[in-house]
Amino acid sequence: MKQYLTFLIRCFRLSFVGDGRYYAWMFFLSVIVLLGINAYCKQFVLGLGVTGMTDQVSWGLFIANFTFLVGMAAAAVMLVIPVYIYHNRELHDLVIFGELFAVAAIVMALLFVTVDLGRPDRFHHLMLRFNFPISMLTWDVIVLNGYLVLNLHICGYLIYCAYRRREPSKLFYIPFVFVAIAWAVSIHTVTAFLYSGLGGRPFWNSAVIAPRFLASAFAAGPAFLILSLQVIRATTTYNVPARALLTLRNIVTVAMSINMFLLGCEVFTEFYTDSAHVASARYLFLGLEGRHALVPWIWTAITINTIALVLLYTPLSRANRYLNTACVLLIAGVWIEKGMGLIIPAFVPTPLGEIVEYKPTLNESLVSLGIWAFGLLVFTILVRVTIPVLAGRLSFDRPYEAEPAPAVQDPMEIRR
Amino acid sequence: MTIRIWEGQSFNDPPPEPQREAPVTRRSFLRTSSAAVGGVAALAAALSPLRDLKEDDAVSIDKFLQKHYKEMTPKEMEAALARISADVEKRYNIRPDIRDIKPMAGVEFVYALNLSRCIGCRRCVHACVNENNQSRDPEIQYIRVVEMPRGTLDLEKGNHHYNRPTVPDAGHFYMPVQCHQCANPPCVKVCPVEATWKELDGIVVIDYDWCIGCRYCEAACPYWARRFNFTKPSVPADRLNPEMSYLSNRPRPKGVMEKCHFCLHRTRQGRLPACLEACPTGARKFGNVLDPDSEVSQILRTKRVFVLKEEVGTLPRFFYYFDERYPRSLDPQAESVAKSLGHAQPPAAAPAAPQEGHR
Repeated sequence: MKQYLTFLIRCFRLSFVGDGRYYAWMFFLSVIVLLGINAYCKQFVLGLGVTGMTDQVSWGLFIANFTFLVGMAAAAVMLVIPVYIYHNRELHDLVIFGELFAVAAIVMALLFVTVDLGRPDRFHHLMLRFNFPISMLTWDVIVLNGYLVLNLHICGYLIYCAYRRREPSKLFYIPFVFVAIAWAVSIHTVTAFLYSGLGGRPFWNSAVIAPRFLASAFAAGPAFLILSLQVIRATTTYNVPARALLTLRNIVTVAMSINMFLLGCEVFTEFYTDSAHVASARYLFLGLEGRHALVPWIWTAITINTIALVLLYTPLSRANRYLNTACVLLIAGVWIEKGMGLIIPAFVPTPLGEIVEYKPTLNESLVSLGIWAFGLLVFTILVRVTIPVLAGRLSFDRPYEAEPAPAVQDPMEIRR
Repeated sequence: MTIRIWEGQSFNDPPPEPQREAPVTRRSFLRTSSAAVGGVAALAAALSPLRDLKEDDAVSIDKFLQKHYKEMTPKEMEAALARISADVEKRYNIRPDIRDIKPMAGVEFVYALNLSRCIGCRRCVHACVNENNQSRDPEIQYIRVVEMPRGTLDLEKGNHHYNRPTVPDAGHFYMPVQCHQCANPPCVKVCPVEATWKELDGIVVIDYDWCIGCRYCEAACPYWARRFNFTKPSVPADRLNPEMSYLSNRPRPKGVMEKCHFCLHRTRQGRLPACLEACPTGARKFGNVLDPDSEVSQILRTKRVFVLKEEVGTLPRFFYYFDERYPRSLDPQAESVAKSLGHAQPPAAAPAAPQEGHR
């Protein structure tokens, strides 16, 4: 127990140690977190009226980000499956970063639902009267918190074993890894059911929502991990094999192809049928009665997703520069598609046919940025303390050893 | 496969010499502490908007520990009502008559609306606001009257914001929509904390002290009947209706849902809903569907009634019908009422003259 506390304290202290770039990055994130806290305090005092949400569009940027991040969290499984089921060696040493990112993403997702509540002071009502299993939101509370605990356990156990220089006991984590695989699918499925189960919102009331969620998550999540691993490669001596990045690239390519296919299915069904249900889709893609706030967004998403996919299909993206570009475009594209493109149009027009547009306010955007910065802060710290532990430079019998002078990295081109 | 999650030494290597952690020097101490002070100061600055919290925003222990409506004993309910009453008196300087009014046995309420008589004057909208202590700024309205072109029931063709010098317009009919008190309510299904439920007389109610403000019910409602308090509701003290009940028109806090509750503080005591009383043409009919002699029972038996969005399976208790005698026009009686009234009330705001029954 005492050993474990020492471990935590050392990790805490280690999170304040780093080079100039590290300090600059952490300072930058902290400033945004503080701006976010400030904006949230204003919202707490004045109510959700400081957001762009209305009775007509009653969910906005917060729920959009929440949906996106649940997907990002689920994406860790795209590293776990190759490693634990197909015994992929290159990804083996990297799977822990996927799990750490899942932790950060779930923390962000939970914060986004919390800031969306009108009465955060009544959060405990969830524990006193829990409308389970009828309300899908209660399912979401269970699966999200469960997934957080699972990932904290798996990462925490492996890292602590490395710190103690002990061989991890398979019994203590392999079963959890397999539970987490199924669980990852469940968090995204349940979140999709949250929307697709509402008969009064035809835009959401479609069985393809859950598969589409999974496909886009399995594209955007690994894309984010590719970018993170590139940073780790560039700033530490931790071994990130080029082949691992290529494996992830393949995963992203396949998942994104499926995502675009499902989007096409949706678009066809809506527009070819051309029933009264098409109003929301029409508003999203073409605009309705002169109102078209979302049209530039969705076409931007489709354009950059297509560019990303073309880059991924061609050998161009075997070069780092193009791979990174494709990942950035893809993350932005999926964020728009699953956020602004999925949540907002379901509210326009309202069930009574009124068209009211939604535009996030500055305050709302600051709160969202603050949560993103906080999540990245958590992820950075987790990665920052994990790498020396895994590299054997921090263990129970010796204090932290600074990073050795950067060895010659593999050539930056990941072409084989 | 072997699990080696760290690099470097293997188990058999002798442990390296323990090293001491870097000692704390004056310089490092000063640097650390000044960074810490700066961080705390920045955090305090970020938190500063909290200073604007009002006294009545504070959550007292009693409020915090107050139980769910269905779990309160009569004594606890009494205490809760006393607390609410004291809060109202403090804020508005009016002592309210607040009670917890239960459903009557053998009663299930149903609403029927004669579209051949509705002239779209919006008197129901404003009577409802006055009766139920909705926020005036911004104004929350439970009833939305949609101006529909004759020949369609597609709500997307309707106009919500019509503002004509006189109503009705010949080419249109008017369709007021409010909570349909569904027998299979999607809002109740989705609420994660059971803050909204169906009562024995069919009214779907909200415990304003239990709602966490997630707005899932608002997304789930196919009739756009629910309203959220995005800001702290404001009701001028001289417009407060002091006749209140726990589950209906008592003042709501910020951050919770509200909606039409068939004026349960009136209807559970044998009176009619405020919207019905305000209707100048008699388009609105309300009553007990379990009583075969009630007007609504007769309407359901004899008129060709329909419900909105029957396909979503919500089983509304709110029925519409057109009078078969006047298939293509307004009921002449309503027409003459409209002529004598002359004007429509504007879509929002404009406070109507205080209605009878308000003290």
